[in-house]
Amino acid sequence: MKKNNKKFLSGGLGQLTIPLIAIALLFIFNLIRDPGFFSIGISHNNDGNAVLAGNLISIINGASELAVLAMGMTLVTAACGGQDISVGAAAAIAGSVFVKVLKSGSGISGGTVVLAFVSACIVAMLFGTFNGILVAVFKIQPMIATLILYTCGRSIAYWINGGATPTVSSHIITAIGSFIPGIPIPTPVLIVALVAILFKLLFHFTSLELFTQSVGINGSAARLNGINSTFIKLLSFIILGVCVAVAGTIGVSRLSLINHETLLLDVEMDTILAVAIGGNSLGGGKFKISGSIIGAYVIQMLTTTLYAMKVSSTDVKAYKAIVIVLLVVIGSPVVKQRFSKLVERLTAKKTITVKGAEE
Amino acid sequence: MQEEILLQMKGIDKKFPGVLALNGVDFTLRKGEIHALMGENGAGKSTLIKVLTGVYQKDGGVITVEGENVSIKSPQDAQNKGISTVYQEITLCPNLTVAENMFIGRESGEWIKRKEREARADEILGGLGIPARSTQQLGDCSLAVQQMVAIARAVDMQCKVLILDEPTSSLDDKEVNMLFELMRDLKSKGVGIIFVTHFLEQVYEVSDRITVLRNGELVGEYPVEKLPRVELVSKMMGKDLDELSTLGDPEEKKTIVNEVLYEAEGLSSSEAQPFDFSIRKGEVNGFTGLLGSGRSESVRAIFGADKVTGGAVKIKGEQVKVTKPIDAMKHGIGYLAEDRKRDGIIAELSVRENIILALQVMNGMFKPISRSEQEAFADEYIKVLNIKTASRETPVGSLSGGNQQKVILARWLLTHPDYLILDEPTRGIDVGTKLEIQKLVLKLAEEGVSVTFISSEVEEMLRTCSRLIVMRDRHIVGELTGSDLNQTQVMKTIAGGEA
Amino acid sequence: MKNPFGKRKEPLTDTQLLMTITIGIFIVMYILAMTLLGGGFLHAQQIFDMLNDNASLIIVSCGLTIVMIGGGIDISVGAVTSLVVMSCVLYLNNGGNVFVSILLALGIGLAFGLVQGFLISYLEIQPFIVTLAGMFFARGMTTILSVNPQKVDHAAFAKLRDTQIVIPWLGYTAKNGNLVPARIELGVVVALFCVVMIFILLKYIRLGRNFYAMGGNQTSALMLGINVKRTRFYSYLLSGLLSGISGFVFMMHTGAGNATNAAGMEMNAIASSIIGGTLLTGGVGNVIGTFFGTMTLTTIKKIVVSSGLNDPWWQSITTGGMLCFFILLQSVVLGRRSKKKKA
Repeated sequence: MKKNNKKFLSGGLGQLTIPLIAIALLFIFNLIRDPGFFSIGISHNNDGNAVLAGNLISIINGASELAVLAMGMTLVTAACGGQDISVGAAAAIAGSVFVKVLKSGSGISGGTVVLAFVSACIVAMLFGTFNGILVAVFKIQPMIATLILYTCGRSIAYWINGGATPTVSSHIITAIGSFIPGIPIPTPVLIVALVAILFKLLFHFTSLELFTQSVGINGSAARLNGINSTFIKLLSFIILGVCVAVAGTIGVSRLSLINHETLLLDVEMDTILAVAIGGNSLGGGKFKISGSIIGAYVIQMLTTTLYAMKVSSTDVKAYKAIVIVLLVVIGSPVVKQRFSKLVERLTAKKTITVKGAEE
Repeated sequence: MQEEILLQMKGIDKKFPGVLALNGVDFTLRKGEIHALMGENGAGKSTLIKVLTGVYQKDGGVITVEGENVSIKSPQDAQNKGISTVYQEITLCPNLTVAENMFIGRESGEWIKRKEREARADEILGGLGIPARSTQQLGDCSLAVQQMVAIARAVDMQCKVLILDEPTSSLDDKEVNMLFELMRDLKSKGVGIIFVTHFLEQVYEVSDRITVLRNGELVGEYPVEKLPRVELVSKMMGKDLDELSTLGDPEEKKTIVNEVLYEAEGLSSSEAQPFDFSIRKGEVNGFTGLLGSGRSESVRAIFGADKVTGGAVKIKGEQVKVTKPIDAMKHGIGYLAEDRKRDGIIAELSVRENIILALQVMNGMFKPISRSEQEAFADEYIKVLNIKTASRETPVGSLSGGNQQKVILARWLLTHPDYLILDEPTRGIDVGTKLEIQKLVLKLAEEGVSVTFISSEVEEMLRTCSRLIVMRDRHIVGELTGSDLNQTQVMKTIAGGEA
Repeated sequence: MKNPFGKRKEPLTDTQLLMTITIGIFIVMYILAMTLLGGGFLHAQQIFDMLNDNASLIIVSCGLTIVMIGGGIDISVGAVTSLVVMSCVLYLNNGGNVFVSILLALGIGLAFGLVQGFLISYLEIQPFIVTLAGMFFARGMTTILSVNPQKVDHAAFAKLRDTQIVIPWLGYTAKNGNLVPARIELGVVVALFCVVMIFILLKYIRLGRNFYAMGGNQTSALMLGINVKRTRFYSYLLSGLLSGISGFVFMMHTGAGNATNAAGMEMNAIASSIIGGTLLTGGVGNVIGTFFGTMTLTTIKKIVVSSGLNDPWWQSITTGGMLCFFILLQSVVLGRRSKKKKA
């Protein structure tokens, strides 16, 4: 019976074990600290809409950009065995394009928003293609290849914005960034759900998942089975580009302005972390998108918990680091092995002492 | 004659999760002998070697070197105790120089005496007749030379025990002979050599004694002259060889006169010289020749596995272009690659996913095979090919070599190819599976599938092929059919003796 | 035919080839800057300024090069530098002693190296994650120590800080007729010392060669009898130590601590190493190359500024462009080589 349990934990859930335990621990910790921490209430926002409010909602809401990026990053990681560190910079570019197009017309209608989003998508996909070509065609490691855009991406955004931080005021943008009138759930959360569903559909109606994993695990064999691995890698970067555009759009819409220097700053690190916490190997191969999404929520939950404990926003990093290290140490195969050996030895000792007592 | 015992392993146990890889194995090596360690895949040869070299820690048993009890904790530790190993895969660093590769990991001081060491390296290399310079970057050398550098390194370590784990698999005949010379030389100096190989002839050429393992257990230790080949094989397999005869006599093969399925003229690739080739429907032919003769490169060119640089290809009489694997697949060609681990299996994916992969690729990304269909396909082929796996969802990497090979075969059979290229499908797998694969080839041919079959073991090819294409030095040098299909003729053609 | 005594000419190794390209490009670029832009580039002080400003970057890049040669990555270097600066500044301002502050700098660096190295080598956790956590921790600790910029107010330190090597004959005559001698800060001496020491380590010391072996092929290195875990541990330890040194040098240059110190330094260090010919795949690279990598990176920034493109975004765009150029160049050069090898 006990054995079954063990197997369920390590085998049944597989790579999701660690992130789920992390969430559970954070949950329990917060409940002990403040039993009302997770209470969800209904409040009325400035527009007089009844909306859900509470720490849990703000965690799920706040992790939206991260979750979207983590989904795309998972795919890139799986196919290329490396990470894109330019997502923050690229999101700044996408956000800038979004605002630029919004402001180019006379007014902001639904049509302009769609047009602006599509433009942002196209631009982000172009930059994704650039990264993808470096990685897939020139066979440069993803981290190095994307270092280029990481270095100059925000400068390109600066150039698009003409050095300013333009604002947009439109009820549509506000709706994207906060709530759609009549719907109590924050729009970014809905967008994450939508993106997740799109990924699910993508994997259901295409064999992208199988091909990506094949390329990531054994590129040579994949090629000899007729898979165009260059295309698969490129595609993963292009899909990440769409995710970047979505994240950039959410980020811009939250504040109704584009600040190319601060929009999604340092998000690349959190994104990679989300992928890793989700139990995906950063070396590529098998992956689980759901793991990365949970990873994103773990990170956000941790951040929110720390804020709630009155840790200042600049200091949060230090505590986050400690938790990350704890998580990865627990998840480390070496530690697991040592631990199980220790348990074995302890139980073995017991039997020996029992024997000794008998003698 | 009672020779001095150099190394003794007694009652060695090694457990892996769920498997008892070694069960009370004994092994004795005497001074100045070449001792072949034989066994099918999964017999426990590699595990025993790894225990001896400190890569794995034994779970039970005793190891003594020159009568002294030792525990070997790491490869370094093994080296210090006079046990050196040359592995099947080259285990040197391509980014370092030849001299560095020979001396790294065993310097005495913290400072590196570059000049001294290069002079010494050149001396050793010269002494062994290895065509490499000490200052060369190792990655610039051919694979064979890299292998010899690894041996030179071991030789220089004044080792008492030298383990050669499949050292000949990437060497040509000349180099093999050079290696054997070297082995005999070392033997005369009192070194004990453990020789692991798949090539039976080589065992009989140099070994003094043979130890046979099967299923992680010791079968026995025999002086080489007291163990005829047939007996050795049966001891390795643990069953009688009668089965071999059920395949029928190679002489009976008739030349196939069906219509031509595939025809290539002047086909060449980045790796292969231009060659002409054709195969008829339902024909089984083979490429033979020494390693490096261009046989694998030629079939890779047919499949478009390397960059195709020229030539005209006709399939079923129609001019077609095959430049990438997917082109070949779309024209009904399947290709089982030589290197199973590198080019075949997707180790972490399940048996099911590995089986449906090629079919899925042919269907295209936007027409995924439904899960239930995938499962049906997988179950069908697991049954048909008798694949031994815990379930269809087991990662293929955890299967034994033979079963991995069957999974890849299943992958290609599922695409219902007209023409199947099998490059060394029987390499490194157990004899039972070898037979099954040969039978399958013949059965496929009966059903009208054309097959090109490559094997290092000429016997296997004689048993299956009705036509043999012989290659030497990257060119086709002969084609054997009918009564010419016999071992002597093949050897003659390979060696080019008639001139 | 074979002459055992004569010097045989071997084709350049990958490391040498990439390094040569970098040095060549640096020299060509600098000469072009001298002839086309003139001005500051004609004075020796220009080079010394570049060194003065980038001494700490050179030091961390060396550490990173070691880690990268071993096939790893350390992105905590900039943050550790920043933490060291802040800790030392606060310590000195609270009446500390300069010598102890040096020990403090080295100690913090070593501590990071120790913990990160242990986690990566012995617990086998992905280096990116570990050093990312290290980076977060160091940045967080820096702001916990002080959010506000802190200026050092310490007589003995000021003396050390202001110690400069003055070389009159390399100076130049300013417009007002005064001779401006060339000045080199102490930090540059430390940086060059580090470069030389690590060059020797990587070339002539056993541990250094083991880094290459480990980066070239980890399994092979293990089979060759190298203690891979310990070797990897040392690579991170060295990188940590160098971050500590870099922190002190940084403080000697700026004389103040600020939470945003050395922001983005890790990426500049990675860029320096790459431009200098280090491959992230490991096994290929050299600190001399890295040194020139840093200089090339700095020169291009200087050229951009001298060309009148003062907007800060020009600098990062040219840096990005240059990175792109070098990365592609490496890929093409090494790709060609391996093709040649096959033929």
